[in-house]
Amino acid sequence: MAAGVATWLPFARAAAVGWLPLAKKTMPKPPVDNSSRSDEILYVNVSGVRFQTWKNTLDRYPDTLLGSSEKEFFYNEDTQEYFFDRDPEMFRHILNFYRTGKLHYPRHECIQAFDEELAFYGIVPEIIGDCCMEEYRDRKKENQERLAEDTEANEAMDAPLPPHSTSRERLWRAFENPHTSTMALVFYYVTGFFIAVSVIANVVETVPCRPPKGSVKELPCGEKYQLAFFCMDTACVLIFTFEYLMRLFAAPSRCKFMRSVMSVIDVVAIMPYYIGLVMPENEDVSGAFVTLRVFRVFRIFKFSRHSQGLRILGYTLKSCASELGFLLFSLTMAIIIFATVMFYAEKGTKGSTFTSIPASFWYTIVTMTTLGYGDMVPNTIAGKIFGSICSLSGVLVIALPVPVIVSNFSRIYHQNQRADKMRAQQKVRLARIRMAKKGTTNAFLQYKEDRDRDSDSTALCVKNKSAFEHQHHHLLHCLEKTTNHEFTDEMTYSELCMTESVGFRTSRSTSLSSQQGAQNNSTGCCPRRARRRAAMRLANSTVSVSRGSVQELDTLHVKTTSIPPQTRSSLNAQADDLKLNCGEQDFTAAIISIPTPPANTPDESLPPSPAPIPGILRNTRATAYTHDTVKISSL
Amino acid sequence: GKDPNPGGQTEGSKWQKPRLSRKSLMKCCLVKWIIASTTQQGPDSSDSDLELSMVRHQPEGLEQLQAQTQFTRKELQSLYRGFKNECPSGLVDEETFKTIYSQFFPQGDATTYAHFLFNAFDMDRNGSIRFEDFVLGLSVLLRGSVTEKLRWAFNLYDINKDGYITKEEMLAIMTSIYDMMGRYTLPSVRDDSPFEHVEKFFQKMDRNRDGVVTIDEFIETCQKDENIMASMQLFENVI
Repeated sequence: MAAGVATWLPFARAAAVGWLPLAKKTMPKPPVDNSSRSDEILYVNVSGVRFQTWKNTLDRYPDTLLGSSEKEFFYNEDTQEYFFDRDPEMFRHILNFYRTGKLHYPRHECIQAFDEELAFYGIVPEIIGDCCMEEYRDRKKENQERLAEDTEANEAMDAPLPPHSTSRERLWRAFENPHTSTMALVFYYVTGFFIAVSVIANVVETVPCRPPKGSVKELPCGEKYQLAFFCMDTACVLIFTFEYLMRLFAAPSRCKFMRSVMSVIDVVAIMPYYIGLVMPENEDVSGAFVTLRVFRVFRIFKFSRHSQGLRILGYTLKSCASELGFLLFSLTMAIIIFATVMFYAEKGTKGSTFTSIPASFWYTIVTMTTLGYGDMVPNTIAGKIFGSICSLSGVLVIALPVPVIVSNFSRIYHQNQRADKMRAQQKVRLARIRMAKKGTTNAFLQYKEDRDRDSDSTALCVKNKSAFEHQHHHLLHCLEKTTNHEFTDEMTYSELCMTESVGFRTSRSTSLSSQQGAQNNSTGCCPRRARRRAAMRLANSTVSVSRGSVQELDTLHVKTTSIPPQTRSSLNAQADDLKLNCGEQDFTAAIISIPTPPANTPDESLPPSPAPIPGILRNTRATAYTHDTVKISSL
Repeated sequence: GKDPNPGGQTEGSKWQKPRLSRKSLMKCCLVKWIIASTTQQGPDSSDSDLELSMVRHQPEGLEQLQAQTQFTRKELQSLYRGFKNECPSGLVDEETFKTIYSQFFPQGDATTYAHFLFNAFDMDRNGSIRFEDFVLGLSVLLRGSVTEKLRWAFNLYDINKDGYITKEEMLAIMTSIYDMMGRYTLPSVRDDSPFEHVEKFFQKMDRNRDGVVTIDEFIETCQKDENIMASMQLFENVI
């Protein structure tokens, strides 16, 4: 429960007087509160520094050390105070948490010391207020990273493999972390070597070598030593193919692997060779084949598996894609503008190289990037003026986005970190809230179970509950009695709806149903589904079952198997009939609410739309339990 | 600037440079725009912040409250400390109230009922509960006589405070109570559960069958019902 909610509980209980005239059932007795009601000042001595606070303040958080009876262990009878041998500076913040409901993190304190104090006083760090949460998390992460670095430096070995891993898993591990085994390391270096060899061979085979004897023309080395280069290429491609196939075999998810960037690069690197093998020595096709050989240069990207830096660069470019796109777009705009202007400025001149606007693009690009090859030069005065404006603006257009990209990158990078942090925090916060709610509900349901199990002995129910919990549960109990419905949890509710079948009775419950089935006119859960199910069962009915007191149900056919009773008993390990009991009332009423149970016609089609039936289930209730959870055949 | 020659500008006259005085500068619209964009925004936005933080309320004296309510001095002190701790400004607005009340009923939606409750406590209908409202209400609920408590309940059900509880008002109240139960209940709450409940209530309370329940009918019927009378003592030791 949140902070000052404890303060408001008496108010909420008092307001329950408003339910009293409406209550369907009699109200339960309130919990007996034996503790003295008057508030008193407590003295807390922390290493000599005396703090004083109201008892109520500390009672606000009953699940911490100071709020529970755990502090009695620290009570010093002689001095009539609670003595803690801890840091008084830190205690100030802890006590302020009780007072204000917000826990703050003091920036000058060591994060580990703070964590230890919180652990001692039983306070979870998630309660730190929003104002200090970011700082706390940053410091904590920094600390953890620093510690992790130290431990990493100490341990050179990775964690050992889990035992009983298949050869496939081991192979994948070897590929991903080459440091794990010597074989993997050897393979890693061998592939690295062959990538280098392959790339160098590609480069060298275009270098002109001395012409062979008896010829004047210089040949590129590739053609002179064709066989040698072919053999080297074959060896490299064999190694790459082997590596690719091994990775494909070892990958835990083959589809995902095949879609990953690295595998695409691998495929593109080895494909040209195989296509070249397959393709005939045809003049027309060889042109295309030559183009394909260009893709062999992609083998150089295989180095990114070996180099962390390349991967980071790739990620950087990917993350700056929008900025780069903008740069490209603005450059394109400028190029088009200036090319058009230059073309029209130089149009008239004789022998002008600006033959068309696309031809002027080349001039514009070369000028804007200040390359200035000089192959295209303006001759007219207007052309020269615009050419100079083009080169000046080129400097600006190119120089401006670069710092923007750099700062954008840094900003986006940090923003991403922060967004991820906030999303995680938000998730944690929501999860915390949900858990708190569930905790409260579960506590209440547990309380109900305990209460019903031993209804006369109240001592057993006390356990470790605080006065606050007692009173809150009493309040919820009053609400139940007012409306004559009971709280339950999601699982039970959905289970009941799932396994609800008309014929679902066990022997021990028949006696109870006879007592309560008759007069209770509250409806069952999911009556619409009950109707649908019943209707479907009418269509596939085989067995008709009549139960003890509920004779009206004879007309509806029901399948019973042994499965439902098992689930029932698994629900209540204590053989508690209470939940079953409630179930009874549901189901009888659910069937009663169905208007016309057609008796013995198995081919009955589904009944008409539920409109004439009174008590149409609210849409909000039924939506969660749609057809997909209906399993007719199993029942 | 200097006046041109009285003879008007002829070809031979010297071109007078216009003097760049401050007055002429201010006439330029570009200058005006630059100045306008660089001056601070008007002080309106900061004023409203100042206003909000100033809204607070101090309660009447302890003696007065002691006289008006049935709480002892210590109880009032304890109550005020809790109240002030939660609402330092001394006022509870409706949204805060709804949030607080909803925390006690995690499974359902308590906001509608909290709204009715808020109106029942906010006696002067000014949109916020002061400590006096809070304490007066609690005094009736915890230390008041049975008649006073019933009167308070009647006031709660009578949404428009006209002295009559109509079926619509009761249905609204009942729906909001059933909303607090939430979705996961045994047995499940049907759409007409509140309506049925209202029907039963009216059957019991509406003696002359005129479709509304007056305060006298209400008090009379409740006094005859033993269960209700017995349960009225339930919450006396809450504080």
